[in-house]
Amino acid sequence: MKALGALGWIYLAALFTFVFAPIAASVVFSFNSDRFPTLPLGHFTTDWYARAFSRPEVWEAISNSLIVAGVTSVIATFIGFATAYTDFRYGFRFKQAYLALALLPPTLPLVILGLAMLAWLSQVGLSGTLTGIIIAHVVLATPFAMAICRLRLSQMDPSLESAAWNLGAGPWTAMRYVILPFCAPAIVSALCLTAAVSFDEFVVAWFVSGLNRTVPVLILEILQGNVDPQINAIGTVVFLTSMSLVVAAQFMIFRRRRNG
Amino acid sequence: MITSRKLDLYPILWRLPLLVWQGLFFVVPLAFMAAMSFWLVKNYRMEPAFVFDNWSRMLGRGAFWDAYWLTLGRAALAGVLATVIAFPASLFLSFRLSESARRFALLCLIVPFFTSFLVRAYAWQVILAESGPVNAVLGAAGLGPFTMLNSGFGAMVGYLTLVLPLVVIFQTWSLAAIDKNLIEAAGNLGAAPLRVLGSVIIPAAKTGLVLGAVFAFIMTFGDFVSPFYLGGSKPPTLTILIIDTTKSGQQWPRAAVVAIVMILTLFAVATAALKAAYGRRG
Repeated sequence: MKALGALGWIYLAALFTFVFAPIAASVVFSFNSDRFPTLPLGHFTTDWYARAFSRPEVWEAISNSLIVAGVTSVIATFIGFATAYTDFRYGFRFKQAYLALALLPPTLPLVILGLAMLAWLSQVGLSGTLTGIIIAHVVLATPFAMAICRLRLSQMDPSLESAAWNLGAGPWTAMRYVILPFCAPAIVSALCLTAAVSFDEFVVAWFVSGLNRTVPVLILEILQGNVDPQINAIGTVVFLTSMSLVVAAQFMIFRRRRNG
Repeated sequence: MITSRKLDLYPILWRLPLLVWQGLFFVVPLAFMAAMSFWLVKNYRMEPAFVFDNWSRMLGRGAFWDAYWLTLGRAALAGVLATVIAFPASLFLSFRLSESARRFALLCLIVPFFTSFLVRAYAWQVILAESGPVNAVLGAAGLGPFTMLNSGFGAMVGYLTLVLPLVVIFQTWSLAAIDKNLIEAAGNLGAAPLRVLGSVIIPAAKTGLVLGAVFAFIMTFGDFVSPFYLGGSKPPTLTILIIDTTKSGQQWPRAAVVAIVMILTLFAVATAALKAAYGRRG
C-alpha cells in the first residue's frame, strides 16, 4: 500500500508537470538569452522584456486590453449579479430557458462565436471597435459572474430579505442594506474573474478587433510572423496579471466561506 | 394600484439585463449567422437571399468531410485519452489526500484556464522543437531527435494541456463525493480492489466521468490553437476551415455553414452524453 501511495504522488506530480510545464517554461525562456532555447539554457537576460516593452504597439495593446477588461468586468458583474439574484429570489415560467441563456455562452466554441459576432457587429457598424470587443466579452464573462454571485446567495438565509421587507424596508432598501453587503465579496471576486476572462480572450477579439488589438490578439499576430522570445516576456506579464486577478478572486470567496 | 405596479417592476428590472444583453449579442448573432448561411456573395459583398448554394458547395466537398471526420476523431480521442490519463490522478486526489490538500490542488488546476493558451502553445512549440529541451534530453540518452511538432501528436499535446485540468476537476468532484462506507463495505464483503473500482467507484462517479469526457470533447472540437500552432494546420480541422474561409475572400456564409454543422454535432453529442451521465445508473 505504501508503494502505491508513492506511485500516486509520482503520477500526480507528472500530471501537474505536464499541465504547468508550458507556463513555467515560458517564464524561464523569457529570461533566457537564446532565441531558440534548449538545454542547457543560455545566460540570464532581461533583454526580451526591454525589446518587447519598447514597442509602441505593445503599449497600445495593453491600454486597449485594460479598457476592455475594465468595462467588461463592470457590465458582466452587474448582469451576472442581477441574473443570480433573479434565480435566487424568483420562480417563473421559462426559468429553465432563462438559466440556459445565462450559462450556455462559454460552451459554444469561440471560433463560432467570433464568426457570429463579426457578422452581426458588421451589420450594426460596430466591428473593428473596442465597443465590439467589450460586447462580445460581456457575453462570455457574464456566466462566470453569475455563478460566483449565485454561490454566495445560496449561503444566505432567504428569510433575511423577507424579514427586512416585513420590518418596513422597500425591496430597494432591502437590496441596498441586506443583500448587497452580503454579496460584496462575491461581487469583488466576480469583478476580478471577469476581468481575467476578458484579459485572456483572443479568439473572438481577433475576429472582431480589426486594428484595435488587445494584448492576446497582438501575441497571436506576432506568432504568425517572426516569432522570438519577446512573446514569452509579454506572456509572462499577461500570466502575472491574470493570475493575480484569479488568486484575488479565489481569496475573496474563500476567506468569506470560512467565516460565513 | 401604484404600489403593486412598483412591486412588479422590481423583479422585472433584475431579470431584464441578461435577457437584453444575451438576446441582442448572443441569440441574435447566432440567428443571424444561421440566416447568413443562405445568403449570396457577389463581388466580395454579401447579399440577402435564400439559396442553398453555400450548403451544397460546402457539404459537397470531400475536403469538408475530411476535416469533419478528422475533427470528430481527434475530439473523441482527446476525450478518451484525457479521461484515462486523468483518472488515476483523480482517484489519488479523492481518496489519498486530505480535504484541504485536495482543495488546494483543485484551486491550482483552475489557474491554467485563466492563463493565455496561446502563450502555452508557443511554449510547447519551443519545448518540443527538433532542437528543443525534450530532444536535448532524449539526445543525451542516445535517442532521437524526434519530430513532434506539426503532427497529430503535437496537436494532441495541445488538446491535453487545454482539457486535462478540467477533466481532473470534474472527476475529483464526483469521486470525492462517493460515500466512503460503500467502498469499505465492498472491501469487507471480500471484493478485490479492482472489483471495487469497477463495480462501486466507477458507477458511482459516472456523472463526473462522463461530464469530464464531454467537456474535453467540446473543447477539443472547438479549439483552433492546438491544430494550428502545434498540429501544423494541415490537414485542416473544422475550426481552421472556418478561419480560412472567413479571413480570405469574405466567404462568411460558407464559414457559417461549417459553424452550424459544428453546433449541430456538439448538440447531438452533448445530449447523448447528458443522457448517459444522468440516466439510470448501473
